[in-house]
Formats: sequence, structure tokens, C-alpha cells
Amino acid sequence: MNFLLVLEWLIKGFVWAMVLLGGFAYLTLYERKALARIQSRIGPNRAGPWGILQPIADAVKLIFKEELTPAKADKLIFTLAPVITVVPAVVITAVVPWGPSFNIFGYHLNLYIADINVGVLYIMSVASIAVYGIVLAGWSSNNKYAMMGGLRSSAQMISYEIALGLSFVSAILLANSMRMLDIVNAQSGYWFHFIPKWFVVLQPVGTAIFLIATLAEVNRAPFDMPEAEQELTAGYHTEYSGMKFALLFMAEYTKMIAISAIGATLFFGGYNGPFVDKFPWLGPIYIFVKIIILLFGMIWVRATFPRIRYDRLMAFGWKVLLPLSLALVFITAVGIILAQQVNPHLIIIIPVVSLLVAGVAVALVDRTLRRKDYARR
Amino acid sequence: MRVVEPVVELARGLWTTFRMMFDKPVTIQYPEQKKPVKARFRGRHILKRYDNGLEKCIGCALCAAACPADAIFVESSENTDEERYSPGERYASTYEINMLRCIYCGFCEDACPTEAIVLGDQYELSFTNRRQSIYPKEMLIEPLPADARPTPQKTEPGVYTRSVPEMKDPQD
Repeated sequence: MNFLLVLEWLIKGFVWAMVLLGGFAYLTLYERKALARIQSRIGPNRAGPWGILQPIADAVKLIFKEELTPAKADKLIFTLAPVITVVPAVVITAVVPWGPSFNIFGYHLNLYIADINVGVLYIMSVASIAVYGIVLAGWSSNNKYAMMGGLRSSAQMISYEIALGLSFVSAILLANSMRMLDIVNAQSGYWFHFIPKWFVVLQPVGTAIFLIATLAEVNRAPFDMPEAEQELTAGYHTEYSGMKFALLFMAEYTKMIAISAIGATLFFGGYNGPFVDKFPWLGPIYIFVKIIILLFGMIWVRATFPRIRYDRLMAFGWKVLLPLSLALVFITAVGIILAQQVNPHLIIIIPVVSLLVAGVAVALVDRTLRRKDYARR
Repeated sequence: MRVVEPVVELARGLWTTFRMMFDKPVTIQYPEQKKPVKARFRGRHILKRYDNGLEKCIGCALCAAACPADAIFVESSENTDEERYSPGERYASTYEINMLRCIYCGFCEDACPTEAIVLGDQYELSFTNRRQSIYPKEMLIEPLPADARPTPQKTEPGVYTRSVPEMKDPQD
């Protein structure tokens, strides 16, 4: 281990953390602007040209706000909870490669922070730590709404983590590796010279499950149960103010960026794109654009769909997404074995059978929802 | 078996919101850009004058009597031909409206026998303390017409004997 390597890691980690935190600030502006446009408004445009200084104004406001701690709150945990929530959100993207390796001034530079051979497992385990922060925040506030928000959040995140993990499994099977770098490399190239070999083409239903489950995982509408304003005032962060609230807020938006980066890497080809093997600097641009598009999807869904009822949320997670994603894992595995043993072209059965199974699932859900007595339960 | 329709319904919802992004925003950039008020808008009060500069208000305090919020205070004094403020016997020597109490109902306008008080289209009222919310006569009264003499005017005796003028029905 030489000094240069340590310096490289430090710089890369620092830069990536700064990118995430700056990205969080501008994601709030991006969301407000996009929501405003969808609602025929303009959105923040007072602070600086086009409102680009709005995040700075928000940060200054939040820093100078009074910090309140409820009298009967558990002070240590109350202070610790925002930190526990932020740290996983920031470190989770350490394994995401954001560009191919290249030589610069005779120095070989890898554009990732850590190359863990169980990268996907790392993501899953770090993602589950984030729920602690939210539950502890809800519990230590000594407020029944915060408590309920925290409990809902834990139930929801644990339930959807299973579907999320199983949708990861299809990507792992297709790439035959848990290393993020291998998964990205497995998605380079084209079929028939124009269809990119992204896993979204091979496993469209798995991608859809991933996108749905991530919405629940980062507590975004229409699955924003933990902070359902109309029911729980603000859920787990009811009692938080000032910088502590800013940390919880930061965790939520950083997780959005992180999960979009992971989704882009696992299913949308990561940094792959046209000419990326000739010009390596295109890699970060491609993954940035993919993250922006996935984030827009989250905002778009928030602007469109109403919040789903809590029991139906749990029923959807356990009774629809879990069996469906299990079936997808089976289909993917069978398809890969057939492609290896019989004929490589048989890989086509993975998307086809997956879509058929998803169609059956949609039909069954639709039939259940249309049953007359369902609305009463 | 409905397989495609549920997905299409979700997609249609998404398309609706997406389409709205290309609509023209309805936002009015308020301090720079102002929407004109409606013809019958009731804003800040104005005390009117006749064309010759005399005040229309005769200090009868009917507006104060009509005011449901008790926001108007009127004190009247006698006109003389040497110091004439308004036609007729009396004028309002003090006329104050508390803009914090006023509910802009327009009853004062209706009660006024000389059409002296009118609710204008000014709505940007702000004060930094409660004293400032009381608008005295000097703030409420209309500026003098260009060719008119300021009040009090010295007038011919026997001309301005009628305090309530001839009036037509309101037009709007």
C-alpha cells in the first residue's frame, strides 16, 4: 500500500461525497422545479438566475433555525438518529463505478471508490442499516406520530427490501457476478448493433420491480407512508428541526441519488454508452444522465399517483412483488441454463416469459381490485 | 382478463402529468407583474373631491354608522364662506379609517349620501406598527385637480348651500 494510492482513495472519496451532497442540494431544486412545471407553475426563481442559489438559501435557513429537543426525548438517540440515517446514504454508492479505468499522466486511475467482489451484497446490507436511523428517530422523539411513522417505515422498508433484493438477484445471475464492475461490463455491447445489452432489455419486469421497490425503499410517493403528512403530521421527523431535520432530509434525497445510481448500474448499463471505450471521460456523463432520468421518473411518479393505503402497500409488497420476483429469479436461472446448455439464442425466453408472468400478475391484481367486497376490507 | 388495460391506465395518468410540463405556466411574477383588479374590486378607500377642489365629504358620519367593523371615525366642523372645505354647512375636520379593522365590505360607500368615500383598487397596504394602520384624512383624500384651488377656499356667499348634490344612478 503506497502513499499515492491512499491519496487517490481520499480524493475520490472526498469528491464523491461532495458530489452526493451537492447533488442532494440541487436535487431539491430539481424536484421543486420539475414538480412546478408539472403543476403549470414556475417554481423557485428568486434566489439567483433561475433560482440556482435556492439550495444555498435553504441551507442557510436550516442552519440558523432553532434546534428543539422534546423534553422527554431520549437525547442521545435523538441526536444520533439523523447521523445513523445519513451515513449509509452517503457510503452506499462507494461500490458504484462511474466510469471506465484510464491512464492519466502515466497513472492508472479507476473511477470507483471500492471494488468489492460482493458489491451488490454490500449495497443490500448498507441499505438495511438506513432503516435503523428512521426507527430510532421515530422512537426517541417521544411522539406518537413520529413513533407510528418510524414503525411504518421499518415494516415497509423490510418488506420491500425482499423484492428489491430478489430483483438484484436477476441482475447478478445475468452478469454471473456480484462485482459491480463485472455487472457493468456484462452490459456493454449491442444486439443487432442497436439494442444495448442492458439488463433492462433482458429483464424488463425485474427492472420494473426494482423501480417500484426503490420508491418504497426511499419512502417516496406514492409509498411515502412514514411521512404521510395528512395522517402523521410529518412521520418520523415530526420533532426534528434545524440542522437535525436537514440531515434527515439530506439522507432521504441522497438515498434517492444513490438508488438511482445503483439502478442505472444494475439495469441501465452503468457508464456504458456509445463511444465510451474510445473516450473514457464519456462514462461519468452517461451515468450522470441516466441518474438524472431515473430521478425525474421518481419526481414524475410523485406528481402523478396518490398515496397508496398502508395495508394495501404491505399486501402489494408481500402478495404481489415477492412472488413475482421469486418467479423472475426462477425464470432467469432457467433461461441462463438453457442458453448455456442448448442454444445461446434461447436467452430470449427470459424477457418473453417474464413479461407473460407479469401479465398474469397484473390480471390477478386487477381482478382482486375489481372484486366488489375488496373496497370494504 | 384485463392485462394491458391496467398498465395503460397508469401510463395514461403519467402522460397527463407529463403533458402538463409543456403548458404555459400560470404564475404571475407578482411584484414586477401585476394583474389588473376587477371593475368592482374593493381596496383602499379614497375621499373624493368635486372638480372645483371642494371635498365631497360633508362629515355626516353615516359611513361610521354603517361600518360593521367600527373602523371609521369622523368629527365634523362648520363651514364658513371664508373657509369652505365642502358644500353645505359642515365638513369632516377629522376623518380616520383603521385599515386593520376595516373588512372592505363597501358599506361606507353605499351609505355615503354624496359619494364622497369610494373603495379604490389599491390593495398593497402594509404597516410596521398599529398606529400606522390608522389612515388620517390627509392620506385618504384625493389629490387636488390641476386647475382647482386648495381647501379651505374663500367662496361667494349663497352659492354652496346644498350639501348633497344632484346624483344619477350608479352605472356599474
